[in-house]
Amino acid sequence: MARNKEALVLLLDVGPSMHGVLQEVENICSTLVHKKLVYNRSDEIGVVLFGTKETCNELAKELGGYKHVVVAHDIKVVDEETTHALQNLPRGTSPGDFMDAIVVGLDMLIRKFGNMKRKQRMCLITDAQHPLRDPPQGTKKDQVDTIADQMKRHEIKMDCIVFRESGVRHNAVMDENDQLLYHFRERSVAKVVQVDSPTSLLGALRTRNVLPVTVFRGDMEVNSNFRIKVWVYKKTSEEKFPTLKKYSDKAPASDKFASHEVKVDYEYKSVLEPDTVVPPDQRIKGYLYGPQVVPISSAEWEAVKFKPEKGVKLLGFTDRSSIFRHYFMKDVFSFVPEPGNTKAAVAVSALARALSEMNKVAILRCVWRQGQGNVALGVLTPNISSVKNVPDSFYFNILPFAEDIREFQFRSFSSLPSSSQPTEEQQEAADNLVRMLDLAPPGREEILKPDFTPNPMLERFYRFLDLKSKQPDANVPPLDKCLKKITEPDPDVIDYQAPLIKTLGNAFELKENPKKKKARTQDRLTYTGADDQAKLLEEPSAKKVGVLEVIYPPKERVGEIGNRNPVQDFEAMLAQRSSSTWVHKAIEEMQKYITALIQDSRDGDNHQKALECLVALRKACIIEQEPKEYNEFLSKLYQKFRTAEDAKFFQLLSSKNASLISKEEAPDSNVPEEMARNFYLKSEPSSQ
Amino acid sequence: MDLDPEGLFRDDSDEDDDNVQEREANKDMVVYLVDASPKMFTPATTTKADEKEETHFHTIVNCITQALKTQIIGRSYDEVAICFFNTKEKKNLQDLAGVYVYNVTEREPLDRPDARLIKEFSCIEDSFMSNIGSRYGITSGSRENTLYNALWIAQALLRKGSVKTVSKRIVIFTNEDDPFGGLTGAVKTDMIRTTIQRARDAQDLGLSIELLPLSSPDEEFNMSLFYADLIGLEGDEIVEYLPSSGEKLEDMINQLKKRMMKKRKVKTLAFAITNDVCIEVNTYALIRPTTPGSITWLDSISNLPLKAERSFICNDTGALLQDPQKRFQLYNDKIVKFSVRELSDMKRVSSHHLRLLGFKPLDCLKDYHNLRPSTFTYPSDEVKIFGSTRVFVALHSSMLRLRRFALAFYGNPTRPQLVALVAQEEVTSAGGQIEPPGMHMIFLPYSDDVRYPEEVHLTSDDAPHATDEQIKKASNLLRRIDLKNFSVCQFANPALQRHYGILEVLALGGDEMPDVKDETLPDEEGMARPGVVKAIEELKASVYGENYDQEEAEAAAAKAGASKKRKAVTDAAAQKSAGYDWAELADTGKLKDMTVVELKSYLTAHDLPVSGKKEALINRILTHLGK
Repeated sequence: MARNKEALVLLLDVGPSMHGVLQEVENICSTLVHKKLVYNRSDEIGVVLFGTKETCNELAKELGGYKHVVVAHDIKVVDEETTHALQNLPRGTSPGDFMDAIVVGLDMLIRKFGNMKRKQRMCLITDAQHPLRDPPQGTKKDQVDTIADQMKRHEIKMDCIVFRESGVRHNAVMDENDQLLYHFRERSVAKVVQVDSPTSLLGALRTRNVLPVTVFRGDMEVNSNFRIKVWVYKKTSEEKFPTLKKYSDKAPASDKFASHEVKVDYEYKSVLEPDTVVPPDQRIKGYLYGPQVVPISSAEWEAVKFKPEKGVKLLGFTDRSSIFRHYFMKDVFSFVPEPGNTKAAVAVSALARALSEMNKVAILRCVWRQGQGNVALGVLTPNISSVKNVPDSFYFNILPFAEDIREFQFRSFSSLPSSSQPTEEQQEAADNLVRMLDLAPPGREEILKPDFTPNPMLERFYRFLDLKSKQPDANVPPLDKCLKKITEPDPDVIDYQAPLIKTLGNAFELKENPKKKKARTQDRLTYTGADDQAKLLEEPSAKKVGVLEVIYPPKERVGEIGNRNPVQDFEAMLAQRSSSTWVHKAIEEMQKYITALIQDSRDGDNHQKALECLVALRKACIIEQEPKEYNEFLSKLYQKFRTAEDAKFFQLLSSKNASLISKEEAPDSNVPEEMARNFYLKSEPSSQ
Repeated sequence: MDLDPEGLFRDDSDEDDDNVQEREANKDMVVYLVDASPKMFTPATTTKADEKEETHFHTIVNCITQALKTQIIGRSYDEVAICFFNTKEKKNLQDLAGVYVYNVTEREPLDRPDARLIKEFSCIEDSFMSNIGSRYGITSGSRENTLYNALWIAQALLRKGSVKTVSKRIVIFTNEDDPFGGLTGAVKTDMIRTTIQRARDAQDLGLSIELLPLSSPDEEFNMSLFYADLIGLEGDEIVEYLPSSGEKLEDMINQLKKRMMKKRKVKTLAFAITNDVCIEVNTYALIRPTTPGSITWLDSISNLPLKAERSFICNDTGALLQDPQKRFQLYNDKIVKFSVRELSDMKRVSSHHLRLLGFKPLDCLKDYHNLRPSTFTYPSDEVKIFGSTRVFVALHSSMLRLRRFALAFYGNPTRPQLVALVAQEEVTSAGGQIEPPGMHMIFLPYSDDVRYPEEVHLTSDDAPHATDEQIKKASNLLRRIDLKNFSVCQFANPALQRHYGILEVLALGGDEMPDVKDETLPDEEGMARPGVVKAIEELKASVYGENYDQEEAEAAAAKAGASKKRKAVTDAAAQKSAGYDWAELADTGKLKDMTVVELKSYLTAHDLPVSGKKEALINRILTHLGK
């Protein structure tokens, strides 16, 4: 629809301090484009990068300045090119100046559309960490005012997403930058959100634009004499998985305009004569009442059915504690005062603040439309605005009717037999877990806040959709590491809390029912089928952006192989394996250690020790299915030392049967057994 | 027109997972065994002078009627039979004395409840004494054992259906804790032995026997005399069976109501607390919207149900297709195809269970973090893992004490979601359990599900906020209109009540439409109390100013001006439209040559909607002209 057509300019900070999350920035912007390609085909997008090495924009050409701002993609209707522009964002080299980028973006929009009526938006993603250049005249704040005036004149809105990893120390520059961004908000042209983890960055941008539609506009009646004018919107509404159409392959390949759609047809046939179709006007609706079917024509039903009057009426107020949270039934509505109506805003504000102060709620009965067949009974709770230019409003949640509640009785926990009651020690373990596995630690943003958590299934769908449009036989991609943090506990937290978790595990003994030993706990937690690959592709944790590490410093790990008990150290490292990278690390360390041993060996004094280590390494590589690691290492070692006096070492090895790992021992190996057996034999003559 | 009456064609993501599961879970078959001995007809409550005397029998009839009504709305496929024992008359297939199987015409003894059964049963008390009669069944000297007979008959009634798919229950209502008390000696022990054996046999066949004991304030029902043995309770389980106390009749009715419904779990889920600790919980749907039942299409002549047949037709060629297995999405004007298998793989972002992510303080759960009705979870030690309850109880009490909720990921295949698990403390009152102990699973929105309507209409000025004085006036009003003892479930759904009221009347062939009271309307009387009116007036004056009504009236008058303008537009359109001979234009097919503006002038003049494409406009004009 044309009136809903939107032009959007993405202003992306690619400066050095943003490199860690550029992948997420790419992802979220791509999702946005993917959704536009499905739902808003005629929307237009431009991409501006800043913090780049190069400079390329109209303003720089015409006026000079505006350095390190690159227009990567002009404002154009979305297409495949747009997605290309957002892939492999360049890693910029200079600190980003977001104000320059805003001016460039604004300039692009004004040049392109002038005074044309159109929805225009800019979206800024930056860490706002670096000082901005001083404006030619006036203060930076004045500059913001000027920009805001321009934006208002052209009805341009802006979303600002400020990403700073938790633990980044706030400094004066950041404070100043934040002040400037908040000043945009105060001028009502921008929305500012702060996020501190890559996962929330993925959820910080609304990737699909939904035109807000009111459910109801009219009076909220306290009584017939006192009414408050309100508009009611949806506050939450589930973004559904797109309904895919059924595909028909019947159209000939030559038909370029084939829709490939499938029409579904219903025919109603009488039970007595299964061959005749009953036309619509001979059908009548039957309603079930127990086993009986009661036929009623639509007209009759219309005459007798329940028809409440449209309106929103107050039933009264009650304590918040008398409404349990779990009674909320559906998605949530928002009651805002009629826009532009100061009196309504004051009335809503007075009620909302009184409710909030007294910890009370209001009970309302709502009929949104005339002719609606039912009423909604619900609870109105205050939403006190924390921002000056946003009015106070209410949330409205639907409550159940008597018929909707099923009252089952459950055994009270206090009357459970003592075998089901936790002991003091167990209770303490649970207490510690609840206390320590904290997702809202003081001093930082709440982790996995619903408002900033993307839907992993939808994210994955749009990525898959894009992939499939290019490679029709592509497989379902695995869940990306940031999305994994939504479906599984953060491995960093788990590692950090490992002792705690272990205590909990030890405190409680869970037994599996011997009669139904179908699936083991671990098995049930793992994926099945196609997702197996996703598990194998787990991200190396070394690369993991340690959001939590900042507050939870990584604990001391057994990360080195000491001289005293090298084999034990190595095994400890392997056992610690919080992820597959640990195995690699351990193997690597061991290899270094062995090489050093042989190198430092005098008259073979280290040979025995090196042999033990090598045997341990060999064993581990077989268990861990890493035969290549071992084989390559051994070959290298052999190349390096076979001519020296250490050549004896290899004779020792061959006597201990520590040759290459053969295919028989580990299927991943590409060394046939024979070759493994002859490894030293073959080389012996040359060494003598 | 409802094209898809059975919801066959709904996208699977729309499907309410819970409901389907629940329906498949099992059907419930229940036999209500009601003691009809004279003791049941003695007044149960210590009546005050002005109160009507209530008997236990009356209470039970009430409860069963209520249960039947609920059942016919929500779970009409469950089957039910009602038997009285200790009756004068007998009516049962086995021809055993003292047992009367109650039924109405056109219905099997054990069958789904229908309108007639509810209607006739609800007024059974009027005719009970004359038709069925009451007497003590087990007396010294008589060889009859009515309780034994009743169990025997109930068991016979429950013979149909497999215990694997159907849950079968016998529910005994009685206020006699010692049914064999009147006997002595060998006869007594013998009768007790055979009766208990009968019950054991029934239980071995998979029937569960439940007891809803009633007691009077002066006489506590003593489980251990006989019934504990009958239903096979041991030790502390007896405490669980606290008999309904008769102190307040309403409480007793509440308690009975709760126990009569079979607890149905939706699913058993594994709940992984850590990688090593994984427990099992059962989920229950305690709150779900009840909707009017589904519609079946009937032949309007014969009133027989019609069979819907679905066929898939290729839009391009018109060829008939088998159920197509591929789905597609238009993306960048390209057709992107998916197999059903790929789609289901894609939706599976984690294992189908609950995975604990961490804990948050309760105030992180905002009022708008809601999408669907919550699901209740209670630990289970039955199926695969022992020891779950212990872990659950420990976590539950930690969470309550530390005021935190658990954040978990629920990998439901149709919609994987973040959920908040909120610990709920048990709440009890004289009427029994109000809130069961456990955790409520609240489905949280994702970022794309949350909207910000409050920020849609921003002004550059500060938004007006109330002053302290205005807030004080509002607080005063809050105090005035206080719903004391407000309880969520006190209102019946007026639409549903009306719906089923009409159906009941029609099902019984009546034509007097029911008068259903809408309980959700505000209490006009209470609102008209002088104190309330005064508080409202004060708040209104404070927030709107003194002359608000007058200003509004003026504004309304100004609006009337606007409507005058609208009238002028209509008049102009009428004039313009009168310039054409529409009927002729229509006949000669020249309407399509006219401009949209011209077409709209006709529509405006005749007060018709002017929306839509040109074609729609022409059609509308033709319809209006009657062509």
